[in-house]
Parts: sequence; C-alpha cells; structure tokens
Amino acid sequence: MTVITWLLALLQALLIVALAPLLMGWVRKVKARLQNRRGAPLLQPYFDLHKLLMKEIRVPHTASLLFRAAPYIVFVATWLAAATVPLLALDLPIAQIADIIVLVGLLALARFFLALAGMDVGTAFGGMGASREMLISALAEPAMLMAVFTLAMTAHSTSLVSVMAHHLADGFLLRPSYLFALGALLLVALAECGRIPVDNPATHLELTMVHEAMLLEYSGRHLALMEWAAQVKLLLYGVLITNVFFPWGVAQEFSVTALGVGFMAVLGKLMILGAALALAETTLAKMRLFRVPAFLNLALLLALLGLLSHVILEIGA
Amino acid sequence: MTALLVMVLTPLLGGLVLALLRPLALAGWFNLAVSLITLGSAAWLAWEVAAAGVIASTYFRVDAFNVYLVVLTAFVGVTTSIFSRPYMRHVCASGKISAMSMRIYHSMYQAFMLTMLVALTTDNLGVLWVAIEGATLATVLLVSLYRTPEAVEAAWKYFILCGVGIALALFGTVLTYFAAQHVIADPSAGLTWSVLYERAYELNPTVMRIAFVFLLVGYGTKVGLVPMHQWLPDAHSEGPTPMSAVLSGLLLNVALYAVVRLKMLVDGSLAGTTTPHLAGALLMGFGLVSFMVAGLFLHRQRDIKRMFSYSSIEHMGLMTFAFGLGGPLATFGALLHMLVHSLTKSAIFVTVGHATHIAGTQAIERIRGLIRTQPAVGWALLFGVVAIAGFPPFGVFTSEFLLLTATMQTQPWFTLALVSGLAIAFAGLFRHLHPMVYGAAPEGQQPVSANMLPVVIHLGLVLWLGLSIPDFLVIWLNRATELIAGAPVL
Amino acid sequence: MTQLPLLQQFVLLLAALALFLSFVLLAQARLVAAIHAFAWQGVLVAAVTGVVALAGNAHHLYFSAGLTLVLKGLLIPWMLHRLVRRLELSRHTELLRHPALVIMAAVLLVIFSYWLVEPMVAQGLAFTRNIVAVSLAVVLIGLLMMVFRQQAVAQVLGFMSMENGLFLAAVSATAGMPLVVELGVAFDVLVAMVLFGVFFFQIRASIDSLNVDRLNRLTEVEIPPSPPFSRRGADTPTATGASK
Repeated sequence: MTVITWLLALLQALLIVALAPLLMGWVRKVKARLQNRRGAPLLQPYFDLHKLLMKEIRVPHTASLLFRAAPYIVFVATWLAAATVPLLALDLPIAQIADIIVLVGLLALARFFLALAGMDVGTAFGGMGASREMLISALAEPAMLMAVFTLAMTAHSTSLVSVMAHHLADGFLLRPSYLFALGALLLVALAECGRIPVDNPATHLELTMVHEAMLLEYSGRHLALMEWAAQVKLLLYGVLITNVFFPWGVAQEFSVTALGVGFMAVLGKLMILGAALALAETTLAKMRLFRVPAFLNLALLLALLGLLSHVILEIGA
Repeated sequence: MTALLVMVLTPLLGGLVLALLRPLALAGWFNLAVSLITLGSAAWLAWEVAAAGVIASTYFRVDAFNVYLVVLTAFVGVTTSIFSRPYMRHVCASGKISAMSMRIYHSMYQAFMLTMLVALTTDNLGVLWVAIEGATLATVLLVSLYRTPEAVEAAWKYFILCGVGIALALFGTVLTYFAAQHVIADPSAGLTWSVLYERAYELNPTVMRIAFVFLLVGYGTKVGLVPMHQWLPDAHSEGPTPMSAVLSGLLLNVALYAVVRLKMLVDGSLAGTTTPHLAGALLMGFGLVSFMVAGLFLHRQRDIKRMFSYSSIEHMGLMTFAFGLGGPLATFGALLHMLVHSLTKSAIFVTVGHATHIAGTQAIERIRGLIRTQPAVGWALLFGVVAIAGFPPFGVFTSEFLLLTATMQTQPWFTLALVSGLAIAFAGLFRHLHPMVYGAAPEGQQPVSANMLPVVIHLGLVLWLGLSIPDFLVIWLNRATELIAGAPVL
Repeated sequence: MTQLPLLQQFVLLLAALALFLSFVLLAQARLVAAIHAFAWQGVLVAAVTGVVALAGNAHHLYFSAGLTLVLKGLLIPWMLHRLVRRLELSRHTELLRHPALVIMAAVLLVIFSYWLVEPMVAQGLAFTRNIVAVSLAVVLIGLLMMVFRQQAVAQVLGFMSMENGLFLAAVSATAGMPLVVELGVAFDVLVAMVLFGVFFFQIRASIDSLNVDRLNRLTEVEIPPSPPFSRRGADTPTATGASK
C-alpha cells in the first residue's frame, strides 16, 4: 500500500510539472481570444521549453557559481512545493509530512535564490528586479500566511489535507472567513505569480518589469528551467485556490475511477480559473509600482478580516 | 392629558405657522404668544400632576421629576422669547441676518421647544433619543445663523460632535432594549422607561453596564461633560444670544435629565452585583473632571459668551457629580441647582446680549464701563455673576451649600475638591468681570434699548429662592427626590 | 456554524461584507466611489434585515428592511451624489494621511468591539448575536472615519455609516426596534442629511473649500480675528487646489 501511495505521489508530482505549461498556454490562448487575436497554439509553451532546452547556454563572465546553480534550485524548490499540494487525491504521504508552512517556506527559498541570481551578474536590471521582487514578497507573504491561518483555524490543523478533508466533511457552508481568505489569496497569487496588475509577464519593458528583469541574463536550459518554475508556480497557486476552497471532486480513496474523476475535476476547475485570470488581465491595467504596497495591504486586510470574522462570527454560531 | 397634548402641539403648530409667517414684527409677538400658551399648559399640567401624582399614557409619562423641568423649560422659553423679540429685530435691522433667517430662527425656536418638551415627557427611551437628536437638528441651523466663518465652524463642530455622541447613545439604547427583551415579553414595551424601572432588578447587569457607558458618553456629550464638551463653548459663543440662553438653560438640563433617568435603571439592575454604584461613580468622575477643568478654563477666556459657557460646563459638572453621589440630600440639592442655574444663566446670557450690543463686540477686553454707559445692564451683569458664583443671598448659594453638605456626609474628601473648584471658578469670573462692569467706558459708547424684564424676573426668583424656598416647591422637589433617590429628604 | 441553516449563514456573510465595506469607506480616496461603497453598505444592512426577517419569520422586519433600503441604499446616496455634483467635487480625491496606521486602528477597533460585546452575547439570544460585535465595529469605524477624514462629505459618510452600524445593531441584537422609534430615527437621519447639505454650501461659502481641518478659527487660545480668512487659503496653493 505504501509503495503504491508513494508511486501515486510521484505520479502527481510529475503530472504537475507536465501540466504547468498547459495552464500557461490556456491562459495565453483565452487572453488572445478575448483581445480578438487568434493567439499561439495551446501547446506553444511546450515548444518554447523544448527549443530552449536544446539551445546552448551562454553565461556572463561576471557570473559566479550561484548563477549556474540557481535555476536548478529554483526549479526543484518550486516543484517540491507544488508536490505538497493535493492535486488528485487527499491521502498522499508527501502531503502528510509537509504542511502549509513548509509550502510557504519552499516558495520563499526559490524566491531567495531567484533574487540572488538576479543580482549575481551585477547588471542594473537584475538588481532592480530583485529589489522589486523582494518588496512584493515581503508584503505578500504575511498576507498569504494570514489567509492560510484562517483556513487552518477552521480545520484546527495546518495540513492542507486536513483543511480540505474538513471542508469536504462540512459540506457546503457560507463562511465569511473563507470568502475573505479567498480574496486575499487571489490577490497574493496575482502578485506572487507576477501577473497583471502587479507585473506584466508579456513584456520586457525596462521600467515596469519585475520577474523578467531577473531573468534577462539567462539563456538556454537555465532560462527554460526558470520559465518552467514560473509556470509550476502559477499552477501551484491555481491548484491551491481551487482545491482548498472548492475541494469537491478530489479523490478520497485510491481507485482508478476516483482518481480519474479527481483529474477531470481539477482540470475543469483550473480551466475556469485560468479563463478568469485571462479575463482579469484583459480588463485591468497594470498599476504603478508605488501602488503595489496598497494592493498587497488590501490582501493583508482581507486576510485579517477573514481571521477576525472567523473568530467573531463563526465560533459559537 | 389634555394639558400635555396642548403643551406639545402648541410649539409644533406654532413652529409651522412661524415658518410661513412673513411680517417680522408680528413673528416676534407670535413667538412670545406661542411660548405663553405653552407655559400656561405646562402650569396646568403641573397642577394635574400635583393632584394625581403621575399622568401616564402609552408614550408619555409625567411625574414630579419631569414636570418640574417641563415648567422650568416653558418658563425660560417665555422669558427668552420676551428678550429675543427686540434683540433679534435689532440684529436683523443691523443687516447681520436676512428676513429668511429670521423666519428660520423663529420656527426653529419653537421646534427646539417641542423637542425639549417631548424629551422630558416621553416614557419611551427611543422617543427620548429621537427628541434629543431632534434638538440638535433644530438648533444647529441657529448656531450658524450669522454665517460668519466662525459661526459655520461652530455649527459644524456642534453637529458632528453631538451627532457622534448621540449615535453612541443610540447604541446604548439598543443594548438596553436587548437586555429588556430577556425580561419583558411584550416587545413594544421593551423601551418604556416605567416598565423597565419596575423590573430593573431583572435586567442583565453585564449588558446594562456596557449600555450605560455608551449612554453616558452619548448624552454626556450633550450635557457638555469634559472631554466631550468641545462643541459647547463654540456653539454658545457663535450663535445668537437667545440661543445661548436656551441652550445653556434648557438643553443641558434635558440631557442631564436623560442621564439621570438611565442611571435609575442601571442602579436597579446593578443592585445585586459587586459594583452596585458603578453608574454613580462614573457620573461623579465625569462630573468632577468637568467641574475642575471648566473652572480652570474660565481664567483664559477672551470672549464673554465663551466664558459663561464654560461656567455652564462647570455647573453641569457639579450637578452630574451630585446626581452621581446619590442620596436624598445630594439629589435635592442637584434638582434645586438645576433650577437656579437655568434661571441665572439665561438671565446672564440675556444681559450679555445687551452688553455685546453696547460694546459692539464679544471680546472681553473691549467691553468696558457698562455701569457708566447703561447702569441697568451693568448692575444686571454684576448681580448675575454674583449669583452664579454662589454668593449668599442668591439661590445658587443655597443649592451649592446643600451639595457641599451632602458631599461632606458621604464622601468628605471630595468636599475639598469642590470648594477649591468653586474658588477657582469664582476667581476666574471676577477677574474678567471687574473691568467690564466698572472700568472706564470708551469714548462714544451709547446705551441701547434693552428690555431688562426677563433678567429682573429671573434674578428676582433666584434671590427669592435664596432667601426662602416656598413650601410648594419644597414639597415638589421632595417628591422628585423621592422618585430618584428612593427616599425623601425631609 | 455547521448546524446553522443556509439562510442564517447568509446573514453572517452579509454582515461580514458590511464590515468590509466600512474598511473600504475608510480608505477610499475617491469621493464618488466612497458614496457608492456607502450605498452598498446600506443595501447590505437592508439585506441582512430582510434575511433575518425571512429566517426568523419576523414580519415587522420586512418594513424595516424596506425603510433601510430606501433611506440608506437609495435616498441618501442619491442626495450625496447630487450634492457632490453641485459642489463640483465629482473628481475629488483625498488620501488618508497614514493609511496603514488608520487601517490598523480600525482592525483594533474590531477586536475591541468583539472584546466588549463578547461577555454580553454569551447570554445567548438569536443566531444573530455574533453580529452585534460587527455592528459595533461598523459604528466605531464610522467614528474613526469622522476623526481622520478632513473632507466634510467624507465626514458625513462616516456619520451615515455609523447610523448603518446602529441599524445593524438594532436588527441583530434585538430583532428591530419598535416601529415608532424606527420611524423617528429614520426621520432624524433624513433631516440630518438635508442639514448636512445646507452646511456644505455654508462651509464652502465661508472657507472656499470643504476641507474641514481648515475650520480652525475657534481654538482655546482665542486669536483676535485680524487676518482675513481668505488670505490663509491663498498662502497654501496646494490646499486650495484640493477644493477644486
């Protein structure tokens, strides 16, 4: 049994890596359609990754060992973080040993090395991107933790699996705290994944870019890994939001049908979320960097209100 | 019952007619006539209450305590309207306000009287709130009547601060209703004071304790308790003088009346707990702080109306302290003090109105030599201040003496604070008063046509009360004391 | 929470959203958007009243819900809108001085309300008892808004949102006040709104702006009224710009 569950966990982790470019492709496709363009094919991100992996690596001569190691560390850390989120089934061993705080920690580790790599070369853009990234994450992380604690308080556990199981056992409940936490996590996800209105992933405009500025010096396999890690991160947040707040469909036993239903359910949920993201990015304008703290403060406020409304309204009701 | 109806309907109809009445000369007289009818029906009501004890209906309830304030309110309403008729015509003639503003003034004067009388006679805590908020709304336009930047600022401050205060009072009222719902089955009776009072011992003490804090802060803003007093000096100094007279003489009383009624409920509710005197202690604290702070602020005033409004805060603080002290003697003293303070303070404001017309300014340093220019005004101001400072032949002395005695009996240490506070206030008043009354009159200062009748009546009454309190009043106040403190003083 | 019927969960959700709108009101820089937020808060309070009536089968609350909706959701926002247009403030923005501090203060007020009300609601009454803390928080945040906003219209919004909190308190703690009181309160609020409108024009006429912090002539230390007020405005061009 344990061997099978570990195999399933491995399968799930591989699935995440395999699916991540697809989600990115889907978001780009919907966005293009909304803007009356035909857009690149759905599988274009895979082609891009393939092309980059084949290419020669060029490394700036000012770069240190850190610059070469960073893509691997970032990719693995993000992947590990993603593997802790229940994608298809609840009772997987990796989810039992790693809770939400580990997830946040792994993401922080990835971000730390990303920022270091950005500064390592010593170009102006790399340093600028790194400092902006750190500003955003310093504000986003407390909001994320607070939102996550709201969920944890309801379930009396910081394990994602328990939170989801608790939620499934309760059935459909209108919880004010969940609504606020959902709002906070959505804002945090937009900021952390570098989407509009915080950052624009589709541009290399020097004054506004954050994430892209740190990757400017990368090429070939390194760039592919970095891009892939960003895609995995987007998927991670997508799965986190959909599966924690709308856990219906996730397999609670290890039968083929249950897993199949779980897979279809998560695909459907991610498609809806991706479309919503594309819609939001089409209608919103990117905000100035100075407004970003206000944006993230709103996320923090929502998370705080979630916590408070849980205490005030839900305990003892 | 008829008397009550007449008394409440007269200012209502009068206010509506005055809003439409165009001839200015007529409006002043009509205002006076309406006030006189109100006073007549108030006296009639007092007669009925004296005979029957309590008059009650679904929403109204008149007993010895509030009928006493009703008569006082109607009386000050009449004397102030005697004063306001020529005064406001003078203001209008000098071009400070338009004919339209005069109509607003008269109409709102009666609207204010209406809210005061409803607040006093109602038995429903919700209606009480509505009436006291209504009093703010009726007077706020009057404060800004002159449309100077200062007047507008004062009115805005008054509006916002009292609005906030009164909102907190409503929250307290909601909490009281919440406590009542556990006790009283009929939801429509849950805010009826008399029903609540009968079963006050059943009201949940935890809820009532929280409710009282909100109610005290809320209505205390209207009383002018420090630190919620900020609106009071501004509103008094920038509004027309008759308004200052009725605000000081009536509105503060009515707000304090509301606080005392609510304290009675809370005392009943907390009687069985470990803190039975919480409400009284809070009143004493707020009262004493207001008393001391206002006394100190008296010294640094440069505007004559501001100075006397601080004196009002001081006296309201003293009364609040006395009601907080509880006990028959203190309550009796506080009730008497309410009466003499209202009479004296409105007389002072009327005199100050004339004095500012003589000097053409409200700045104390430019009001000089009143006795030389117009002896009637000068002497009236002197006697008024002597009375309010608590000098022996006047009634304020009697009530303050009673209050000090009561304090000495129960909380001797506080006597020290009270005496020093009275001394500070006395010094503050007289250092400003002396040059205003005796100093050399500036060149060309002319007397104005002044109707000193209201002042003479008020100060005469205060003097009479100081020399001997008539029997019927003693019986009356004694009955009110019995209602509030549970035991008669005699 | 788990044993509550869906309608009652819905009431809690609406109340929580009303609290959130208080925060939006507090931090919203654009006046027109703040008026919209206030209108939505009024609608939410009306909705809470309506759903409580539905869930608790209290018919007299339908009337109260209708009254709140008309007064707080429609009439007062409409009046404010009209005033703002006539005062040419439609594009007015005013940033809070220390937004983070003010918001944190508001969060502390929410906690304080909970702390204050908690022993009281422990007595238990209806399912709405948990909303009492929320309503007190709405009242106190309205108060905070009146303290920290310098613009007269924003202060009025704070005042009106306090009233929203009071309506919410009346519904949640006591299932509605007696009819006479409710009508009286509504009447007072309406008259207050009309008077506020009058005052906007009076204030603008006297200081040529609606920034109330420039109403500072009456202080404890009396300054003789020598410098004409218009000059003070001319000295600070940035401040006069705000009134445009």
